Amino acid sequence: MTTSATIESPDLAPATISVKASKAKKKLTSRAATIAAIVIAVFWTIPTFGLFVSSFRPAELITTTGWWTIFQNWGLTFDNYAEVLTKSGASSANLGVYFVNSLIITIPGTLFPMVLALMAAYAFAWIPFKGRDIIFIVVFALQVVPLQLALVPLLQIFSASGIAGTFPAVWIAHTIFGLPLTIFLLHNFISEIPGEVIEAAKVDGASHTQVFFRIILPLTVPAIASVFIFQFLWVWNDLLVALVFSGGTSDVAPLTLRLAQMTGTLGSSWQLLTAGAFVAIALPLVVFFSLQRFFVRGLLAGSTKG
Amino acid sequence: MFELAVGPVSRALVPLVTRGVSESHWWDKWLLLAGGVAVFIAVIGIILFLADKSPKKIRDWAQLLVFVGPSILLLLVGLVYPAVRTIILSAFDDKGTTFVGLSNYLWMVTQPSIVQTLINTVIWVLIVPLASVAFGLAYAIFIDKARGEPVLKSLVFMPMAISFVGASVIWKFMYEYRGSELEQIGLLNQILVWLGFQPQQFLLNSPWNTFFLIIVMIWIQTGFAMVVFSAAIKGIPNEIIEAAKLDGANAWQQFRNVTLPGIRGSMVVVLTTISIATLKVFDIVRTMTGGNYGTSVIANEMYSQTFIQVQPGRGSALAVVLFILVLPIVIYNIRVMRKQKEIR
Amino acid sequence: MKHVKTTRRLISTAAMVGAVGLVLVGCSSGDAAESQSAAPVAGCEDYGTYGTFTDNPNVAISSTIVDTEADNLVKSWEQFEKCTGITIKYTGNKDFESQILQQAQGGTAPDIALFPQPGLLASVVNTTGKVVPAPDSVVANIDKWWSADWKGYGTIDGTVYAAPLMASVKGYIWYSPADLKARGIEIPTTLDELMADTEAMATASDNPKGYKPWCAGMESGAASGWPGTDWIEDYVLRLNGPDVYDQWASGTTKFNSDEIKKAFTGVGDILLNPDYVNGGIGNVKSINSSAWADAIAPIAQGTCSFYHGASFMAAQSALEGKDISENGDLYAFMLPGTEADANAVTGAGEFVGAFNNDPATVAVQTYLSSDTWANNRVKLGGVISANKGLDPANADSPISEQSVKILQDPNTTFRFDASDAMPAAVGSGSFWTGIVNWINGDSLDSVLSAIDSSWPAS
Repeated sequence: MTTSATIESPDLAPATISVKASKAKKKLTSRAATIAAIVIAVFWTIPTFGLFVSSFRPAELITTTGWWTIFQNWGLTFDNYAEVLTKSGASSANLGVYFVNSLIITIPGTLFPMVLALMAAYAFAWIPFKGRDIIFIVVFALQVVPLQLALVPLLQIFSASGIAGTFPAVWIAHTIFGLPLTIFLLHNFISEIPGEVIEAAKVDGASHTQVFFRIILPLTVPAIASVFIFQFLWVWNDLLVALVFSGGTSDVAPLTLRLAQMTGTLGSSWQLLTAGAFVAIALPLVVFFSLQRFFVRGLLAGSTKG
Repeated sequence: MFELAVGPVSRALVPLVTRGVSESHWWDKWLLLAGGVAVFIAVIGIILFLADKSPKKIRDWAQLLVFVGPSILLLLVGLVYPAVRTIILSAFDDKGTTFVGLSNYLWMVTQPSIVQTLINTVIWVLIVPLASVAFGLAYAIFIDKARGEPVLKSLVFMPMAISFVGASVIWKFMYEYRGSELEQIGLLNQILVWLGFQPQQFLLNSPWNTFFLIIVMIWIQTGFAMVVFSAAIKGIPNEIIEAAKLDGANAWQQFRNVTLPGIRGSMVVVLTTISIATLKVFDIVRTMTGGNYGTSVIANEMYSQTFIQVQPGRGSALAVVLFILVLPIVIYNIRVMRKQKEIR
Repeated sequence: MKHVKTTRRLISTAAMVGAVGLVLVGCSSGDAAESQSAAPVAGCEDYGTYGTFTDNPNVAISSTIVDTEADNLVKSWEQFEKCTGITIKYTGNKDFESQILQQAQGGTAPDIALFPQPGLLASVVNTTGKVVPAPDSVVANIDKWWSADWKGYGTIDGTVYAAPLMASVKGYIWYSPADLKARGIEIPTTLDELMADTEAMATASDNPKGYKPWCAGMESGAASGWPGTDWIEDYVLRLNGPDVYDQWASGTTKFNSDEIKKAFTGVGDILLNPDYVNGGIGNVKSINSSAWADAIAPIAQGTCSFYHGASFMAAQSALEGKDISENGDLYAFMLPGTEADANAVTGAGEFVGAFNNDPATVAVQTYLSSDTWANNRVKLGGVISANKGLDPANADSPISEQSVKILQDPNTTFRFDASDAMPAAVGSGSFWTGIVNWINGDSLDSVLSAIDSSWPAS
């Protein structure tokens, strides 16, 4: 119990601690850290991995034996994927069509709110105006408005302006529903850019538009990349908004609708759910990997406040 | 007002949208996409340009209008109006015609099942943000600069890329139960059996089932926390870390004195975002238990009251409780913003 | 007017995109673009009454029906489209029930909706007022092809809004003929016999590991518990007769009454008895965690003998590829009554409501309420209809054929699924929840009074 003092206030550990001891401790923590990281990674991956293994198993085996017994209960098939990818019927096309629909919805559904939110976040951070803080607080509090309650009023406006049931209606809806979170996230990064940088530009006579394009945008690339991912995922995985605002006809419907339909009118089909989940997850993972390089050290955003 | 903003865009798109059935081609959809994006970029570009070139007298004002105007307008129409409408509806009966005062709220606190729902929501919002931040931050620090960092990151990020419904399916599979004399097909119960315990009905046995649902949300949100924290950690200037190392700070001291202050801003953002997402959680409960066995939360109850049982008054009252629950988070953010300003 | 205009644009967009989709997959069934000509086409004799539309109008239909059943639905009106020049754009989605209300309120409802329950139709009629009364041609068809009972289900406050479409017969007990034969069990003709058989099967000495006579599943996402409401309805009708059943459905006989309690106790004798359930899956509680359709699987594995399910079980993916016949993999008998040869059954069906009365919409509605459609659709398999003009021989399986005969038999006492007729707060709410709580161990009295107290005032 001699170390109790250190445990209570480890940050006050005496500076006289020997270099040797410090090094030993560091090694230890880093080994512990490695183990902890592996444990987290494994724990976070196993459920998905189980689903992944199951997606290659025949339906009967999925419902009678555990996926970890795949070697004892051998049975490997690509049928689930073949069925998910190529199945089409009189009431539905194959998955490729829905994939395209998803892209047509997701690209503007991500781009539009990002652009508007960047501009608004900049204004909330760096253009002083009356009532700015209150408006900003209201904007981020709007995140809590349940989407389901906002659908009907917006739908009424869309039918009055004659764009209900078109892709643009879905885009506008996603833009509106995405704004509170994207503004909030981007504002955080933009407001942490050191004030001197912007003041200097202003002194040189730069307008807000110029500051926005020359300073803000380049400096917030990592933030844009991460917020982009979240907005992209939200739109990509959305079923409700697309369904209500596109009118839900199978010709404009996204991938999520098709996957939801495949499990049958009333029943559940594990084997199709498993394969479908991996088809839907593929593109988000590609996007994540390709944006990885933007999350790098050395860029100013997210730095300590001056 | 909305017509003003949308009108020109939609009119520009109408030729694309309503072209005859007989002459459609596979590229029409892409054309619509390209057209929509082009119109959007052009409109934004032109108003930015005009504001920038406007007379000096009104320039600041015009620029402000251009920067926040579109967002504010869209939010007023798409979210503020529905929110106000919901608050009003919460004081009316299920037909939306008779004013009933606070009786929908009274109904809420007198129904044991709804009270349980309110308690569950509070449990969710207390546990999920803290646990997600703890796991996300720990992982972000542990794998920082590690070999294969992108891969390690994507492992924890992957749940984020799965929809809530998909995640629920995955975990239902994990929790799946079979009688003790049968072969288990859910991993968790198999582990229990290996350890010599009886298999459990994870999703049926109250009150622990709520925690098993909460695990799913933590599993998803940790990826979000991890990505944001990882970016923030990489934003901490190298010099500060080097200086701390030179001072002989150990890992914990580095974390306390360098990392934590460096990511405080991100911490507030992540806590706030996850808290709000948790308040709204709905798909997980709906998919995994349907809100049965004492696991319902406000958002699920609101949905089922409004759209399944067609009691919009009660549903709206539940939504208003959600608005109220977000207030502490709002106040906390206001305080953080004030402090931030003082520092500046 | 505005509404109609909007719908048109919606449809033309949809049609355009649809055509794009077809080109993309290289599919060549582009009738939409080709069939403008109103010239008589071969095989159109049955479709003369619906007229021909030279302007090639679109009619949008949506419902909960997806996948294979949706494909068959679309096929059932292909010839109608060819002969009339109308193009039907069909949308199936599982969230239809909550969406139709939103779309009706938002002014973007489809032209026609297939309501899976009369209760939902009533909700949409009462809360939005957007459903238009059935046109004369449809009412004429209803009077001609359906019984007064079925007409009543689509009638709200004296106005006929919807014609019935398909139907299902509930209360079948599914079993494996080989299993019963091996056990030497005859098909029970009374409820007492059923219970005696159950006891005999449960206590048989050579049962495999995990075997219980019955298997059941209540899990159905947010609608979990509905299979249990079917159980209760079957027992209420069989134990108390149609009058009590009607009073119960309309709310005058409470859940907490002796009659209804008796039905719950009867069901509980099976579903709450750990010696009788849950074959091949686990204990009593595991009924709640089992997906309803998957719970029939143990019959094939020999760990369960009986499963209670409606005629539409045959169309579930869990039974895909199974031979459903008297000497096949699976077959079913009707849940018996207290006396032999009881003839009371419960069932359900869809109803066709329209949101406008454009000539094309009316034509489609009229076709869907005709005997032509009923025969066309039933021929494609998987479903049945209560349409009196339906030839039972068109049914694809012995169970479907038997179901059609039951529906058409004038001696049958048919009652519509009571939970579908109760107010949504009960029928799609507390009744479902009550079932799962009861299975999960809550006391019957607390469950029943909770359901009673949730019944909306007025």
